[in-house]
Amino acid sequence: MSREKSWKEISIAGVCSKSSVGFMTGDWKTYTPIRDLEKCTKCLTCVMFCPEGAIKWRPEMGDIEFDFSFCKGCGICANECPTKAITMKIEGE
Amino acid sequence: MEKQAKQETIALNGDEAVAFAVKQCDVDVVAAYPITPQTIIVEKFSEYVANGEVQTEFVCTESEHSAMTACLAASATGARTFTASASAGLALMHEMLFVTSGCRAPVVMAIANRALSAPLNIHGDQSDSMAERDSGWIHIYVENAQEAYDSIIQAFKIAEDVDVSLPIIVGLDGFTVSHTLENVDVLSEDAVKQFVGERQLPNVLTHEGKTVPFKLDPDNPMTMGPIAFQNYYFEFKRQQEEGMKNALKRIQEVNTEYAKVTGRSYGNGLIDAYKLEDAEIAVVCVGSTSGTLKVIVDELRQEGVKAGLLRLRTFRPLPVEELRKALSNSTAVAVMDKSMSFGGFGGAVFTEVRHALYDDKKHPFIVNYIYGLGGRDYSPRELRTIFEELTNIARTRHVESQIHYLGLRE
Repeated sequence: MSREKSWKEISIAGVCSKSSVGFMTGDWKTYTPIRDLEKCTKCLTCVMFCPEGAIKWRPEMGDIEFDFSFCKGCGICANECPTKAITMKIEGE
Repeated sequence: MEKQAKQETIALNGDEAVAFAVKQCDVDVVAAYPITPQTIIVEKFSEYVANGEVQTEFVCTESEHSAMTACLAASATGARTFTASASAGLALMHEMLFVTSGCRAPVVMAIANRALSAPLNIHGDQSDSMAERDSGWIHIYVENAQEAYDSIIQAFKIAEDVDVSLPIIVGLDGFTVSHTLENVDVLSEDAVKQFVGERQLPNVLTHEGKTVPFKLDPDNPMTMGPIAFQNYYFEFKRQQEEGMKNALKRIQEVNTEYAKVTGRSYGNGLIDAYKLEDAEIAVVCVGSTSGTLKVIVDELRQEGVKAGLLRLRTFRPLPVEELRKALSNSTAVAVMDKSMSFGGFGGAVFTEVRHALYDDKKHPFIVNYIYGLGGRDYSPRELRTIFEELTNIARTRHVESQIHYLGLRE
């Protein structure tokens, strides 16, 4: 564990000295997006709309990939999908 | 030794003097919403933009809350930023004032001081900015249009100092200063640009482990305004207090540097004392009232009364040591407040000045005069009664009542 620093040792205005990549902001979601591979046309609309950048285009796979560590389950991807390929399911169901 | 710069005398009211100073300071972004009695500042600056006299990005916002938000965002990119407001407009900014100071964004804001509703009142008192005294902004109050011009130029140099990095309010009394035409000596644009210089940026450590200038920059990404909970929030607030302490020093330095260029200074930048050295009785005020009070002090001096005046120019940070030194030799002091702190023990200025002197063994009797609310006029005759009461207190060494209302119908 690192020692918590004094006010003289830290940058002003709350500028983060550590990356927030380690904060798994998607680990408390209520809904999870489920993709129907048959309906998905890989148009990448969901990639553009995801506010968290949690849907990535993987050119080497020729497909998209959800990063559930950062997906908050907001459902914007499901709402925007032109072929209704994404549905939101309650976590654990 | 710097040579004094060439100056020109032009007729400007307080608001125009502010707009003129902003024009000369090479400001990158102005985001503002007009409100009486600040309106002329925004109108005049819009004219400069429309005429192509400035390169400033001018943002017409839909509210004052948005204006301050836009200013904070602009300032975060390293831009020199200005806005102006008053009364209800300033009150609507309230939330963003704290965010701006917490983000250490050196935004400069002119406030044409005006009463707060209700009842609705557009006239001058200091209720608006005094209500924001704990928002983390530096507060400087001016006496006249000349000082409004001078203080705006100084404000950028104070706020943008890397060891200060705090936003600043320059308060000018609504109508009394904002709308009164005066002769104002102005510098050339080049002289102002040279005096203010480029905006300086403090260094911060980013999550990439790089020490870089504090600004939003795609090449050096950083997180601004994140969450800080029980473990770090307190530390960031303590840093802001250090910025205020540094401002005490910086305001004095800038006052001295400005005097070298213009020949004008305002006391030591923090307090402006008038015939105070041997004064047995003294009045403390904030803003334009000191103009009239000086005349009364002169009259009383001719009559053999040892009267003096202290204008508190910088209210935040409060110059505690300077107040002690300046007032501890007097026997009776009256502090004037152009705002009320309902249910408190007198007005904001009274509370702070009296508190600052508490630890001095021989501190004077200190009483409060609340006055001028909602633009209520105060005549020289009325102001003279304050000195008469102080003479009485000094003679009898007895205070009948601490809180007085000047010019109120009983």
